[in-house]
Amino acid sequence: MKKITIEPISRLEGEGKIEIFLNEEGDVVEAFFQVVELRGFEKFCEGRPVEEMPRITPRICGVCPGAHHIASTKAMDAVFDVKPPAVATKIRELFYCAHILSSHILHFYFLAAPDLVVGSAADPAKRNILGVIEAVGLDIGKKVIIARKYAQEIQKTIGGKATHPVFGLPGGISKPLLEEERKQIEEMARFLVEFSKFSLEFFDNLISNKKEIADLITGDIYRHETYYMGMVDKDNKVNFYDGDIRVVNQEGKEVAKFKPKQYLDYIEERVEPWSYLKFPYLKSVGWRGLVDGKESGVYRVNSLARLNVADGMATPFAQEAYGKMFHILGEKPSHATLAFNWARLVEIMYAAERLLELATDGEITSKEVRIIPQGIVGEGLGCVEAPRGTLFHHYWADKEGIITKVNLIVATGQNNAGICMSIKKAAQSLIKKGEVNQGLLNMVEMAFRAYDPCLACATHTLSGQMPLQIILRDLHGNIIKKLSR
Amino acid sequence: MKLKLAVGLGSTCSGCDIAILDLAEKVLDLVEAAEIVFWPTAMDFKLKELEGLEDGEIDLGLYHGTVRTSQQEHMAHLLREKSKALMAFGSCACFGGIPGLCNLTSKEEIFRAAYKDTPSTVNPDFITPQTEVRVGDFVLTLPELHQDGKALPLVVDVDYFLPGCPPAVELIEKLFPYLSLMQGGELPPKGTVIASDKTLCDECPLNRENKSISRMVRVHELIPDPKICLLEQGILCMGPATRGGCGASCIKVLMPCRGCMGPPPGVKDQGARMIAAIASILAVSDEKELPEEEVVRLVNGIKDPAGTFYRFTLPVALLNKKMREDK
Amino acid sequence: MGDFEPKIIGFCCNWCAYAGADLAGINRIQYPSNLRMIRVMCSGSVDPEHILEAFREGADGVFIGGCHLGDCHYMTGNYKTMRKVMLIKSLLPQLGLEPERLKLAWVSAAEGQRFAQVVTNFTEEIRRLGPNPWKGIEK
Repeated sequence: MKKITIEPISRLEGEGKIEIFLNEEGDVVEAFFQVVELRGFEKFCEGRPVEEMPRITPRICGVCPGAHHIASTKAMDAVFDVKPPAVATKIRELFYCAHILSSHILHFYFLAAPDLVVGSAADPAKRNILGVIEAVGLDIGKKVIIARKYAQEIQKTIGGKATHPVFGLPGGISKPLLEEERKQIEEMARFLVEFSKFSLEFFDNLISNKKEIADLITGDIYRHETYYMGMVDKDNKVNFYDGDIRVVNQEGKEVAKFKPKQYLDYIEERVEPWSYLKFPYLKSVGWRGLVDGKESGVYRVNSLARLNVADGMATPFAQEAYGKMFHILGEKPSHATLAFNWARLVEIMYAAERLLELATDGEITSKEVRIIPQGIVGEGLGCVEAPRGTLFHHYWADKEGIITKVNLIVATGQNNAGICMSIKKAAQSLIKKGEVNQGLLNMVEMAFRAYDPCLACATHTLSGQMPLQIILRDLHGNIIKKLSR
Repeated sequence: MKLKLAVGLGSTCSGCDIAILDLAEKVLDLVEAAEIVFWPTAMDFKLKELEGLEDGEIDLGLYHGTVRTSQQEHMAHLLREKSKALMAFGSCACFGGIPGLCNLTSKEEIFRAAYKDTPSTVNPDFITPQTEVRVGDFVLTLPELHQDGKALPLVVDVDYFLPGCPPAVELIEKLFPYLSLMQGGELPPKGTVIASDKTLCDECPLNRENKSISRMVRVHELIPDPKICLLEQGILCMGPATRGGCGASCIKVLMPCRGCMGPPPGVKDQGARMIAAIASILAVSDEKELPEEEVVRLVNGIKDPAGTFYRFTLPVALLNKKMREDK
Repeated sequence: MGDFEPKIIGFCCNWCAYAGADLAGINRIQYPSNLRMIRVMCSGSVDPEHILEAFREGADGVFIGGCHLGDCHYMTGNYKTMRKVMLIKSLLPQLGLEPERLKLAWVSAAEGQRFAQVVTNFTEEIRRLGPNPWKGIEK
């Protein structure tokens, strides 16, 4: 049996490898997406004062620290049973829109675009942001860099730092917004609205001019029919900051809607011995393996999933882009994994419009941004849509406010099954008769890249000691024999 | 002459990669000066290509992340081998970082929490990730997780340090003159730390007046006066025991420093320095009259000393882990 | 545990505790030789780094002897000592060390008998606690 290893996987956040096994004829029998890192936040956060969690948990991930910070801050409000003043909530959401923009712009242009613009089989030395800038020209390149810079600036102004922000507190935020800061943010928001429109146009041109990309998106190689999960507001529109969790099936029918704190009734996690990353799945459906379909509890999160579960977008240009995308894809829900990249641009549009809405809100420079909590309940959950999917921070604290237990369900983890399935299908579709080259292997990597994975997030957990144990399993995962030393 | 640059990863959150990209337009200047030959987060070069380089072929290697697994340790040695100069980039590489807090727990407890006890995990057979496992006809491997988190200098010889979690863009920009030096064939002095030579207090915008703390409060218990030193107001701030250079970003939004830039020059143990700093100003304006119980009460107001004084630097502290019989 | 001989590092201030130890010596008052004494000018000059380093090097116990409050030769040094010791004591359990391994005592130059008593009691306490787990751990 021949084995091909892709190591390390690239143009994503985190550490992983892909192992592809070929039979005698050179066809792919099996492929594994293995996450090779882990750290242990859920354990080493025990003993920490709960109000420090919004400053510790962002270190789970430097690409989406804003998501962890906001989820953690919301969990704080619950732990102390305190409702922040309305302006604090608005400023948190203002920050958060900038965060979504920053993360999505990074992913689309720096991590995904090299495959779409430079070419999936292009020279690896050119398949990166520099190659993209070379292909599209310095003007557009600079526009992208400035857009991302503005999104980071806004987060820094409000949050202290863009990477690992510090401003969230139980009961509000640490500092009000000054008028001169608001003005700068408004100006940058206007730029970002225009930039979002440009990005959607850019993508339109891409699929119009490059038939192979359009075919890849709508084709079979990267198609999976799974359940989808995302956060929606009371009108069932996509919302990143707050709302209920909605799950739809392969036909788009709602099969669950719940308040985030009920998540344990809906989500379970499974462990495999060949990856440090666990596999969340729908409790009501159950685990049937890494397979598509109604009988399998595999569900997906992140941009396309959010658009799949929602009835629309809450802002006009985003709504237009949403409608156009599904029209061209020809189905809703869309099961075209590469369309996650497209959906991300629709979300950029929404985030920019919402950013501008909040930046021009009459209340946004009010001074009362905090109230002091009066007591402590001890258990609390904070949930947001991270750029990469639904994020749950669940804390338990004692009456001194010291953390006793933590449970985190992190966005990318919920796409673990989806990523594994996508890798395998792509490998099986692309590699035949032993014919392998770096371009084809990159196209296998594109199967995970569409999910914009964040493996540091996903593997916040730590497994600790690994005594050597050999577990013999059949292809269905049933244990035949266990040997250990 | 274009330099060769490489970025290797330990147990990282990738905030350091983002920090490099936060150079914004100056990234284009960076790639003018240097050819990046390995950077998994942003580029497609694979491990074999890095292994295939000549020893010392890379002019400057940047390593970020704590050293936690056998693979990350291998990367540390590999990058050291292939680089003329190696820089510990970011607080995890310099001091161990927040993942270093794993040194306060034990492997068994961590194991149990992640793969058994968390309420959403369903794992009745207590299956755990293995360094080697056979799945049907296939043998799969994973790197081994080490006992403790290590900072890079404890694993390989490190030439330069750029601390911060993540490093401030203003400090990363200071790399450019170093790259110019290297282009001229010179190497900056070994041991250089790209940061301020003073503590954070030196660049803090708040006013220090009283130099005596009369109470200790937690960050959510007080809305501070935005003009006065937070530590004086009773909010624990690591400023006096932390190297400056970050621009006091946290203070600017009225949140206390948590020490991510590591200890000031000449200080071996950041926690020890903070303890000395607090002791010199804790209720000292009336120290002669204050009963001992009051001092005890004030000290007990500081929750979680290990996680506060050593949040970023535990792996390089004098006592750098919780000692257990089984460690 | 029978043959465990505690190794204790003692920082004693020149003006009070060290003089008290001297007095004990002059009067031939016995106290265990487990204490290795380091004379400092003021207990307040003992840096927390010295204490932590002593534990890191394998000291089973660390003793600090200073002047009674109000009697410090440098006026207020010992008030700082008290604060440092309390802070370190709150840190030690998180690192797996018993806070009882660190002892602060006020002993005047005239209290030779008391010095001997305090050190004897502390040595027994450390003997009961057992060896420092950091002994022999490679750097």
